[in-house]
Amino acid sequence: MSTTPVLALRGICKHFGAVQALIDVDLEIHAGEVVALVGDNGAGKSSLVKVITGVGPADEGVIEWQGRTVRILQPRDARELGIAAAYQDLALCENLDVIGNLFLGREVRRLGVLNEVAMEQRTRELLNTFSLHIPDLRVPVASLSSGQRQGIAICRCLLGEPELILLDEPTASLGVQQSVQVLDYIEQLRERGLGVMLISHNLGDVKAVADRAVVLRLGRNNGFFDVTTTSQEQIVSSITGATDNAVTRRATPEWEL
Amino acid sequence: MTPPEPPSAGPSSGATGSPGREAGQWRKDLVEVARRRLRGGELGSASVIVALAVIWAVFESLDTSFLSPRNLSNLSVDIVGTGLIAVGVVFVLLLGEIDLSVASVSALAAAVFAAGNVRYGIPEVPAVLLALAVGAAVGAIQGFIVAKVGVPSFVVTLAGLLGWNGLTLYVFGGQGSIILDDNGLVVTLTHYYFHDVAVAYGLAAFGTAAYFLLSYRNARRRRAVGALPTRGMHEIALRTLALAAVSFAAAWTLNQFLGLPLALLIFLGFLVCLDVLLRRTTYGRRIFALGGSVEPARRAGIAVVSVRVSVFMISSTMAAIGGLFLASRITSASETASSGNLLMQAIAAAVIGGTSLFGGRGRTWSALLGILVIQSIASGMALLGIPVAVQLMITGVVLLAAVIIDTLARRTMHAHGWA
Ligand SMILES: Nc1ncnc2c1ncn2[C@@H]1O[C@H](COP(=O)(O)OP(=O)(O)OP(=O)(O)O)[C@@H](O)[C@H]1O
Ligand SMILES: [Mg+2]
Repeated sequence: MSTTPVLALRGICKHFGAVQALIDVDLEIHAGEVVALVGDNGAGKSSLVKVITGVGPADEGVIEWQGRTVRILQPRDARELGIAAAYQDLALCENLDVIGNLFLGREVRRLGVLNEVAMEQRTRELLNTFSLHIPDLRVPVASLSSGQRQGIAICRCLLGEPELILLDEPTASLGVQQSVQVLDYIEQLRERGLGVMLISHNLGDVKAVADRAVVLRLGRNNGFFDVTTTSQEQIVSSITGATDNAVTRRATPEWEL
Repeated sequence: MTPPEPPSAGPSSGATGSPGREAGQWRKDLVEVARRRLRGGELGSASVIVALAVIWAVFESLDTSFLSPRNLSNLSVDIVGTGLIAVGVVFVLLLGEIDLSVASVSALAAAVFAAGNVRYGIPEVPAVLLALAVGAAVGAIQGFIVAKVGVPSFVVTLAGLLGWNGLTLYVFGGQGSIILDDNGLVVTLTHYYFHDVAVAYGLAAFGTAAYFLLSYRNARRRRAVGALPTRGMHEIALRTLALAAVSFAAAWTLNQFLGLPLALLIFLGFLVCLDVLLRRTTYGRRIFALGGSVEPARRAGIAVVSVRVSVFMISSTMAAIGGLFLASRITSASETASSGNLLMQAIAAAVIGGTSLFGGRGRTWSALLGILVIQSIASGMALLGIPVAVQLMITGVVLLAAVIIDTLARRTMHAHGWA
């Protein structure tokens, strides 16, 4: 593509002890584009999300934000750039209530004290967007169903006007209606010109909303696909390793051996 | 205009985004809210209040001077020193940590003040500031080792308990104790009473009115934007009445003796300010978040280390302040100030009052409730002439009961998916 990507990763490596979770991973996300990141369990998708959000910074590699090389060493760095994420493990504070969780780290204040009313109002608006019905916003989130908790994690990353949103299996525990709404909302985000990275094992969802799909396999890039022109089977065989795709060879000629 | 109808029935403010919400649904939600609230936490402080009432009733029936204005007035001053230390302990417990050094730090602060003021002739105000600075510095050191180096707080503050105790002995230099200036500022703290009856009544009236106005305004604001009220108007009225009854009864009792003690006023001031800090500010929200789980808080961009260090500094500084009040009460600073069960009392007060040992749950007011229970038992048994040995055992049993309740509460919360 001709325009500068919002986010570009080049040669990202990340290891946990002896495990190489990410090896030389490249990725680009443009504004107004939904990129699906797919791969089998343990392929390194969540690790890549954590690299981008500064939760688990990369060992090696370059991160470019809107064409500028940046260092993301802690969560605050990513947040200041405008990166928000809904993590696979949700990362909610169990003893805080819904509002406390949504606004954690970016509380609304009035005369120096928390403005609970404003935060509650905004929370209700967001929850309504996804038809989440939570009667009492004051109970600890530990007492909510996992779908409700996931909804909160998604709502949380929409606060604070991010430019890039990373969704790690956002619909894994959502109901049918809520899943549809999340997918619809992803399309709205694209129309508003945001960059979205969607991680999902549901290739139907990927087909439905994503523009491009990036396949990770055993911590390495294993294919870049244009979703509209690629069949589901091609993506599946790339995920499972049945093919090492021609596109990949062209994109990263030296990726193996 | 406060119609009893739910907001969706009136001219909708639109901002709620739920024009279709049915009146029935709204009511159901309200009931659900009330039910959950009752199950979580609110029962905890209610049970302490009941326990306190029982303790007072028992002692009063055994010895009629227990509820005399004189005894209650003394009780209200006796709770202040340890109570202030306990407030600091509440903060550390909220993080899910422990501070075993508070008693040693309180003795150290008193020693620094006494030595500075009496022995070296430093004026009182700078000497007090020096003592508080020592407290804050101790907290900074211990907090840094816990938060940055990662040593368990139990071990760090246990080392502190010994180390600061040693430093206290060093400051005294074998002198044993230092008598404070009788007319000095620090001694005044616990020996001054507002003899004018208007002060105690005025404070009771002011507190009640402020509570009512704030709750009422809050409820109105929530109603205006269609949010579920945290408390209904009936509940606000009931709570205001209860608060009025307690505070005017306390004011009346204190006025029967010498009037409102300055120390009690200061203690209440600390409780209110720190309660606002904990529940109404960003900083307090962060403490709760860290007490629940560190990783989500870190991912939300919270500066984990500095919040944790600052909490240890609050704990040590409150210990230093408490130490000055304890010294003030006996008009001397002594080597043995931290001995006995001051540490246990401070921690027990926080826990008995309903602050969880497991972090993330508690309020500053639990320090007040807990220390009232402990001091009431001590005072009642002293009146009855029960030996200290028995007092210690009974306080131990009460503490154990509180911890068991805390653990069971946490278990049921887990069972309901609450913790
Ligand atoms: N904190 C960690 N400590 C040690 N190893 C880790 C850690 N996080 C991830 N790994 C390892 O890194 C590899 C990639 O894990 P990751 O969670 O990124 O996979 P994933 O693609 O998100 O899988 P899934 O589809 O199951 O969510 C795995 O082999 C995993 O064991
Ligand atoms: Mg994952």
